[in-house]
Amino acid sequence: MGALTLTQVTKSFGTTQVIKGVDLAVEDGEFCVFVGPSGCGKSTLLRMIAGLEDVTSGDVAIDGARVNDLAPARREIAMVFQSYALYPHLTVRDNMGLALKQAGTPRAQIEAATGKAAEMLALAHLLERRPAELSGGQRQRVAIGRAIVRRPKLFLFDEPLSNLDAALRVQTRIEIARLHRELGATMIYVTHDQVEAMTLADKIVVLRGGVVEQVGRPMDLYNDPDNTFVAGFIGSPQMNFLDAGKLGLRSARLGIRPEHLVPGGGQIGGRVSHVEKLGGETLVYVASEDHGLLTVRLFGEQDYAVDEVVGLGFEPNRAFHFDAEGRRLR
Amino acid sequence: MSQARHSTARSLAAHAVLILYTVIALFPVFVVVINSFKNRRAIFADPLAVPTAESFDLVGYRTVLAQGDFLLYFQNSLVVTVASLFFVLLFGAMAAFALSEYRFRGNMLMGLYLALGIMIPIRLGTVAILQMMVASGLVNTLTALVLVYTAQGLPLAVFILSEFMRGVSDDLKNAGRIDGLSEYTIFFRLVLPLVRPAMATVAVFTMIPIWNDLWFPLILAPSEATKTVTLGSQVFIGQFVTNWNAVLAALSLAILPVLVLYLVFSRQLIRGITAGAVK
Repeated sequence: MGALTLTQVTKSFGTTQVIKGVDLAVEDGEFCVFVGPSGCGKSTLLRMIAGLEDVTSGDVAIDGARVNDLAPARREIAMVFQSYALYPHLTVRDNMGLALKQAGTPRAQIEAATGKAAEMLALAHLLERRPAELSGGQRQRVAIGRAIVRRPKLFLFDEPLSNLDAALRVQTRIEIARLHRELGATMIYVTHDQVEAMTLADKIVVLRGGVVEQVGRPMDLYNDPDNTFVAGFIGSPQMNFLDAGKLGLRSARLGIRPEHLVPGGGQIGGRVSHVEKLGGETLVYVASEDHGLLTVRLFGEQDYAVDEVVGLGFEPNRAFHFDAEGRRLR
Repeated sequence: MSQARHSTARSLAAHAVLILYTVIALFPVFVVVINSFKNRRAIFADPLAVPTAESFDLVGYRTVLAQGDFLLYFQNSLVVTVASLFFVLLFGAMAAFALSEYRFRGNMLMGLYLALGIMIPIRLGTVAILQMMVASGLVNTLTALVLVYTAQGLPLAVFILSEFMRGVSDDLKNAGRIDGLSEYTIFFRLVLPLVRPAMATVAVFTMIPIWNDLWFPLILAPSEATKTVTLGSQVFIGQFVTNWNAVLAALSLAILPVLVLYLVFSRQLIRGITAGAVK
């Protein structure tokens, strides 16, 4: 249980269309991540699945049943918000149990469900506190607990890690991945951070301007992007785009990931403009007259001086060819 | 060190300004209260002197309590103020919630229409209001006053509260919707507690003009049974002779209930600011 199907879903605010016909199938138990730059419509799409926004046209179906006109509470979903959205006047226990209480579940059952969720998330000692007395990470865990308690068909996450600091973000990310394995539930997760998308997803949906650019497994998107947008969005540091004409190739642009550019080749010339040493790897920024600023990612600690002249090479089968409109040429 | 001294100097200056303002604001009240405890001769001989053993006299209070039914007047004022306040806050908050929360056609226009009353004084409509009250048989009832004051207080309430409600996190309301709370529960249990400071502000701004109003009680409800305190005190002000002892005593007494209400709301205001721990 917990499959989601979107069929030609659109959304308009007044005359502006923000979702322009999205088709998507998420299978039961899948972890699906919506990723894209801000304003691409990913949050709107999630809110439509939750029932917080009306669907202008098209169908949203959960487990094959059309839910377009169903109230959010009756869709058997749970949502975790970026701002936690805990009820300030309720204790952690009551925050987690409220949905069940609203649904008329017997008290003993609510107790059992809250207790189990609290144990899973190491919140048992905080049950009597109020949200104001918790740290950011604890609040987000309570919000996740509130979602788990309902045993929903579908978990919806709206940028849940954006308000946390870097260390906590990594920790909570691992926790969410663990929960997904343990619960085996379907999860839809919205983020603008491609690292979260890559590390968590079974399936990534890349959105831009209300349109799905590409859907696929993380490594498929990384190794086989459909266009320059997906190629540039997935992977960090960003892919380098070279002027293919200047290299004597027939395609318009050539995409090469920073780790696939190697110093010492003769195809591309340039000067080092900046060096970033991260310990485990070194990023060298090379300004090339023909191709603009290129990023080279090298393993380990490497010594380069600013203004040093370098030549760069690449393996042709590691490069992606794109046409003038940015579409991939295979 | 120099910075510490600097900030002390600044806070001294700030306090001096605030204390000066407080003295200016409280001076008339002070004069009214001290003179209400003096005999007639002392009031005119030296209005600024505090009552001494010689000039101390409770004649004003005796007159007020003996003449007319002041307890009833107080009760009327209190009923009208509290009832109007309740309706202004309830309907004002509900309208503000609808305006800030729901997208519907004409939302902006409706907001402007509701705020229009801030700019147009309700007294311009006195004749029409009186005709309406006569037609509906509400003249000389407290209901008439409550209705008029509710209408008078709503524009400001809607205006201030809708601004504040826009600031309440959408995520919180949406979380409530997903958990199956009704729109009414979301309004009363989630949103209202969070806009408590704004509610207290609106309450104070609504309450004081109502309590002090002379115009509408005089026109709509001048009967003995429906007189308010401000109207009741007028019996001591004559065309040729004014019983100043009684007027000052009545005014001093009239301060008390509104002071109590104000203290209640300002506590709410402070509690609202320290939200989060609020039950």
